[in-house]
Amino acid sequence: MITIEQRAEFRKHFRNNIPTRLMTDRIVKGVVFCCVVVAVVPLGSILIEVIRNGGPVLSVDFLTQIPGAVGSSQLGGVGPAIQGTLLLIGLSSLIGVPVGVLGGIFLSEFGSNKLGNTVRFFNDVLAEFPTIVIGLFAFVMIVLTFGSFSILAGTFALSIIMLPIITRTTEESLKLVPVTYREAGYALGIKRWVVITRILLTSAKSGLITGIMLAVARIGGETAPLIFTILGSSQFFSGLDQPVDALPLRIWRLSLLPYNSSIAEGWGAALVLIMIVLSLNIGIRYIFLRKQGGGGGRFRIARGG
Amino acid sequence: MGDKVFKIAAAVAATYVLAIIVLMVFQLINGSSAIWSKEGISFLTGSSWNAVEGRESYGAAPYIAGTFVTAGLAMLIGVPISMGIAMFMSELAPKFLRTPLSFVIELLAAVPSVIYGLWGIYIFRDYVRNWIEAPLNSTFGNSVWFLSGAPFGLDIFTASLVLAIMIIPTISSISREIMIAVPNSQREAAYMLGATKWEVFKMAVVPYSKSGLVGASILGLGRAVGETMAVTMLIGNATGSSAFPSSLFAPGQTMSSIIANEFAEASAGSLHLAALIGIGLILFIVAIGINIVAQLLVSRVLKAHEGAVLA
Amino acid sequence: MEEGDDLESQEVDRVETITRAPIVRTAIERSKYKLVAENIVASYSGVVAVKDVTMKFKEKAVTALIGPSGCGKTTFLRCLNRMHELSKGAQVTGKVLLDGQDLYSTREDAIIHRRKIGMVFQKPNPFPTMSIYDNVAAGLKLNGVRDREIIDQIVKGCLEMVYLWDEVKHDLKKPGMSLSGGQQQRLCIARALAIQPEVLLMDEPASALDPIATQKIEEMITELKKEYAIIIVTHNMQQAVRVSDYTGFMYLGELVEFGETVQIFENPRNEITAKYVQGQFG
Repeated sequence: MITIEQRAEFRKHFRNNIPTRLMTDRIVKGVVFCCVVVAVVPLGSILIEVIRNGGPVLSVDFLTQIPGAVGSSQLGGVGPAIQGTLLLIGLSSLIGVPVGVLGGIFLSEFGSNKLGNTVRFFNDVLAEFPTIVIGLFAFVMIVLTFGSFSILAGTFALSIIMLPIITRTTEESLKLVPVTYREAGYALGIKRWVVITRILLTSAKSGLITGIMLAVARIGGETAPLIFTILGSSQFFSGLDQPVDALPLRIWRLSLLPYNSSIAEGWGAALVLIMIVLSLNIGIRYIFLRKQGGGGGRFRIARGG
Repeated sequence: MGDKVFKIAAAVAATYVLAIIVLMVFQLINGSSAIWSKEGISFLTGSSWNAVEGRESYGAAPYIAGTFVTAGLAMLIGVPISMGIAMFMSELAPKFLRTPLSFVIELLAAVPSVIYGLWGIYIFRDYVRNWIEAPLNSTFGNSVWFLSGAPFGLDIFTASLVLAIMIIPTISSISREIMIAVPNSQREAAYMLGATKWEVFKMAVVPYSKSGLVGASILGLGRAVGETMAVTMLIGNATGSSAFPSSLFAPGQTMSSIIANEFAEASAGSLHLAALIGIGLILFIVAIGINIVAQLLVSRVLKAHEGAVLA
Repeated sequence: MEEGDDLESQEVDRVETITRAPIVRTAIERSKYKLVAENIVASYSGVVAVKDVTMKFKEKAVTALIGPSGCGKTTFLRCLNRMHELSKGAQVTGKVLLDGQDLYSTREDAIIHRRKIGMVFQKPNPFPTMSIYDNVAAGLKLNGVRDREIIDQIVKGCLEMVYLWDEVKHDLKKPGMSLSGGQQQRLCIARALAIQPEVLLMDEPASALDPIATQKIEEMITELKKEYAIIIVTHNMQQAVRVSDYTGFMYLGELVEFGETVQIFENPRNEITAKYVQGQFG
């Protein structure tokens, strides 16, 4: 037991260190706030510079015309790149969305077993995977096998990047659908797959849309896998087995050229790309905020490629 | 009947992910077999890089080193800042600021890598060279080996800085969720002892969430290791033994940047291409290792508090 | 608010008389009490949980706060060491005087006051990564106690006070989480005692424990009372009868009746109190 005398004795060992501690506390708070500023400044700078440098280039011609001859002072367009990016997004979604949604359904409805856990785990691993490796893989799989760079190879690579995001968000949003919906469906004697596709998917709609938009925003900015698959082109789409252009790839190629007109075009293309990606992300945030828990979880924001 | 078909279809779709990973290993090994049979283990340890036919010789060591140096430097800069941001958002920020602020930080993650590269070459590089590299070099350049060499701006240091910026949103947003998942009863226990906010953070929040925070950082490392475009555009692209990181202000090369840079020059069926795919295989192994560790650490913490995190 | 202000309603008046009449606000009167809470109003995001409660607590006595769940007793307790304000959207007005000094007079002082007013929570919350020893010593390190010998003495003394020493003296290096629920709660009490507080607040300290562990905690409270002012929130009326000298009954955020425990339970003056202690609602 501690006696009263002992307590008085103990208290003598307590230092009056409160001013120092409060000072440390204040300094830490200041430093931590600076960390936030340090992170926000680059974002601000990127947005400002892209708008400042890319804004003057924007015109209807820039958005629709093919690139000018390399080195000419005449400003070319990024029409094929925009078309290519949109085509790639569309085609990749044709594979990525159905497979991803089905995979998500599996994880949510049938996935509480060993297979489910394994898939869930590697799905998360794949979501964080270097996309350049996925690009190389698509190159070996498709380009080397068929003997040409093509939009199909790019579609294959990008659909692999989409997949884990859609699978994950589908699973998460299906799990948020109340059990009573499922029970109500089964009680009426409706088949399980009908319950899932008609009732559950409809209820989880906003979560699914969030997931798809996240995936689209992510692949829209991907560059690395495209180097190995679509190659790039200065012409509009001419067939599924032919190379195409894409905005991020075009930005990279333009940035390597020593001409002012190319660099200006690069900024212009960057502005177009960032507008697409940011508006998708703001749209996602809007859906997410409007319907809390509309899926997303760890993937509320699409990672840039 | 319909149910069974549906379940099988769903299982097939889910298994697709596993099939892709297995196929990836197979194809990368297959595509790079030529380089392994020619160089053997010296592909990992060698540093010569010569694509001239007849005198071909490939060693990946400088690029493996370059990857770890840039990623390590990015972690050194990015992790403390990310932890600061996460602490601010989970412990300090007033309620009305939290949502918009986390959105802004996460938008950093949404900016495509190639735009970081563009911004890095034409904007950021000049600031780095004039305001950080030049003063450091003129002060310490003669005495500290890793600060020597005339700063050019397109070098390991700039690439690492941009990498740091790119991994901040990944690490900080996951760390924030992990910190939020720490039960308030832990914080109260520390407050009750008379702790300040900082002491509460040190005493109650960090120890409780340590493994998750490590996991979040490793996820950031995974991202830094695999990041391609921004690094390719900023690192200066050295090859051969000169690509060994000697100074922060010297040009370097990473595994992903050499693949991106030299791919166009490697013709199908060449040893050069096999070497690049071989580097891809090494990158694959490194990345999958890092990501598996990170997922294990993060998911264990976040899943234990799933309701708190996802709701 | 002055005494006898509200005369519109008989009911309110009666409550007011009981709760407020004995308070004569002079410095001498205050000094008879260890802790005095005056006109505490506390809210969560605009929802008022405690409505103007005034209470005073004697040294070397146990005061129990009882009332149905949601009556504001825990919130009130948390106002007594400025813990309530840490919750999101929480607001407090009023005064809390410890030996005549107002805890709420300055903003930054909270950390000094919390040291003097220890708290034990509903669920045991030892620091999971710390050993038993480090859990008890945690607060000492914050307060700059460096002398190993003194820390050893305090840790031993505090563990003895919660009857834990004999059970853990060979396992001081083991993690605090390795103990049973009841032991963890006693460890938390030892942790609170280590910083030599003057008042001990307990928020349903036994609600998560089994009867045997509860009995130990109660014995300990009776022992600790010899040195501390203890304020305990409980929803268990038998427990209030067993351990406390004074009891306050709270209902809908107000202090309905406050007096000696025997009187509150055997001869309640208020109708609602009577119904509550007879178990007619709760």
